[in-house]
Amino acid sequence: MLLDPDGRPTAAGALPPVEDLVRGYAGMVVARRFNEQASALVRQGRLAVYPSSSGQEACQVAAAHVLADGDWIFPTYRDTAAVVARGVDPVETLVLLKGDWHSGYDPYDRHVAPLTTPLATQLPHAAGVAHAARLRGEPTVVLALCGDGATSEGDFHEALNFAAVFRAPVVFLVQNNRYAISVPLSRQTAAPSLAHKGVGYGVPGEQVDGNDLAALLTVLSGAVARARAGEGPQLVEAHTYRMQAHTNADDATRYRSDEEVAAWVARDPLVRLEAYLRAEGALDDARAATIAADAEDVARRTRDGINEDVEPDPEDLFRHVYSRPTPQLVEQLAMVRDELARDALAAAPTRQEAGR
Amino acid sequence: MTATTAPTAATVAPETLSTAQAINRALRDALAEDPTVLVLGEDVGALGGVFRVTDGLTAEFGEDRCFDTPLAEAGIAGFAVGLAMNGMRPVIEMQFDAFAYPAFEQIVSHIAKMRNRTRGRVELPLVIRVPYAGGIGGVEHHCDSSEAYYAHTPGLHVVAPSTPADAYALLREAIASPDPVVFLEPKKLYWAKGEMDRGPVPGIGTAVVRRQGTDATLIAYGPSVPVALEAAEVAARDGRSLQVVDLRSLVPYDDAGVCAAVESTGRAVVVAEASGFAGFAAEVAARVGERCFHSLAAPVRRVTGLDIPYPPPKLEHLQLPSVDRILDAVDDLQWEDA
Repeated sequence: MLLDPDGRPTAAGALPPVEDLVRGYAGMVVARRFNEQASALVRQGRLAVYPSSSGQEACQVAAAHVLADGDWIFPTYRDTAAVVARGVDPVETLVLLKGDWHSGYDPYDRHVAPLTTPLATQLPHAAGVAHAARLRGEPTVVLALCGDGATSEGDFHEALNFAAVFRAPVVFLVQNNRYAISVPLSRQTAAPSLAHKGVGYGVPGEQVDGNDLAALLTVLSGAVARARAGEGPQLVEAHTYRMQAHTNADDATRYRSDEEVAAWVARDPLVRLEAYLRAEGALDDARAATIAADAEDVARRTRDGINEDVEPDPEDLFRHVYSRPTPQLVEQLAMVRDELARDALAAAPTRQEAGR
Repeated sequence: MTATTAPTAATVAPETLSTAQAINRALRDALAEDPTVLVLGEDVGALGGVFRVTDGLTAEFGEDRCFDTPLAEAGIAGFAVGLAMNGMRPVIEMQFDAFAYPAFEQIVSHIAKMRNRTRGRVELPLVIRVPYAGGIGGVEHHCDSSEAYYAHTPGLHVVAPSTPADAYALLREAIASPDPVVFLEPKKLYWAKGEMDRGPVPGIGTAVVRRQGTDATLIAYGPSVPVALEAAEVAARDGRSLQVVDLRSLVPYDDAGVCAAVESTGRAVVVAEASGFAGFAAEVAARVGERCFHSLAAPVRRVTGLDIPYPPPKLEHLQLPSVDRILDAVDDLQWEDA
């Protein structure tokens, strides 16, 4: 912890440059507003579901800010704010959760892998992307995100092990928000910490206050630099808390107490950093207003984009199953085309009806 | 369906290779021609694979091109996804059919779906080589016919060669394909030899007639093709002319080629080593029934493995489609002279 919950510097170490903190703060304000907007869009029936990262904005923003343009990031479904912070269009980011398609953005544009829902399965992909880059002598680092629950999956183990054996430049960032939907950390592991799991793979593990953006930037930048320098994968466990339920379909009051939530509200990552920046004179009302206006702009673009109805093209269902459709898919496409044509005819008034 | 990279070797002396040697040559040629091709898996390096299919590749191309991985099939498949996302063409080996099951989630949820999910932006040109099926006296978990799982999953191509020439040509095409291919290598044919200089070979998605015949059509693939050919030979001595179709590729499936063959004889038996219930042979029988009904003189019969876990070596002969079972099924095809 570099900043305590009230925004006072601790004696733990030097803080990152203040301009990085201001940029990070602005990113968190956007992330918080984006989370609120997306949750509102679920209530309005415009998104099918939204797993909010509210409360985890410091992790989301730091993950994006420590990477270079050529680096990759591998997000889960809860990491949409990190994807937006990486520079992906917010509407394209939410396509999966809106239900228009399974993924909305081009992963190669900003080097952001598709949002992944089967837990930990994207982690071995991250190791493979990193290894391919390393074989070509490229300086790419891959940052792979997962939650505490995902550390119980076999793919978490296999990904860390592969990355370590091949010295692949991957930073695994575990956002330990203490619950996998309703199941507490004590049912995921008996290890002293999730960072300890690195020991078994020969991967350095580090814990960090996940609500302290200054600490996150320092720890993650160090891990990225070591990975880039050829020191192999790094594991970072960030202690944080999701302020909302798992999704809109979840009822967090069944497994978390009001007191516990209140204690984490007091550790809000935005409040902490804002207090520090104001005390330092790096943030005043005018700057804060500009940042808030930028966040409002992102929210408006998100709202407008999601409120726009995109008519899905049924033929897309067949277009990308293979590079060229099999003969069987060609037949099935013809069948669906025929059905749609008949539906369209049935919806139109017959000539007789139109004449009446 | 597509042109293959098979040698047209009219000028090359006839050469006989085993299936394992043909696959090895396909890997070697692909590694030599394309620097993005990588071969990885368990024991594929210094040992050359438990079936010696990757013999000599690490020595020739180096540790970066053909390498051993940790013993973890999901990790191998998932790692290959990342390699393929980032410009490589990985060829991964699952040491035995039943050892591929830990990789099932990666194969079904990611390898098969990545192109579709990203609207074609991310393609995964990777090959999953699976030493496959039984007939070699293997112990439990070493003899599974797992094709139905893969063929049932949209997004995967599934290929099962039955000759060394096909093993070479189809693997080259699989490695060059922009789509993921599950490449099923019949273990019992690894040591079977065949000529390599047959000229251009039909591509993935095309069935071929291995033996001409006029009375009934045997439809087989992979390890069942030699058994079907043997049955046809025996039947010929009894005066019955059996045609043998080798599917070669399960996905894409060659409806047109299979139907044309069946319509030419009017009778069909599907031969497959996998358990019959809900298996790929059932799909073939159903498709032939739907499309060739008016040409059929009898219901399509299946000769498949029993619906039991694969037997121990001393009893495996009861599981495998035999010449006698095939001929019995042929006898049941409502012959007018019977």
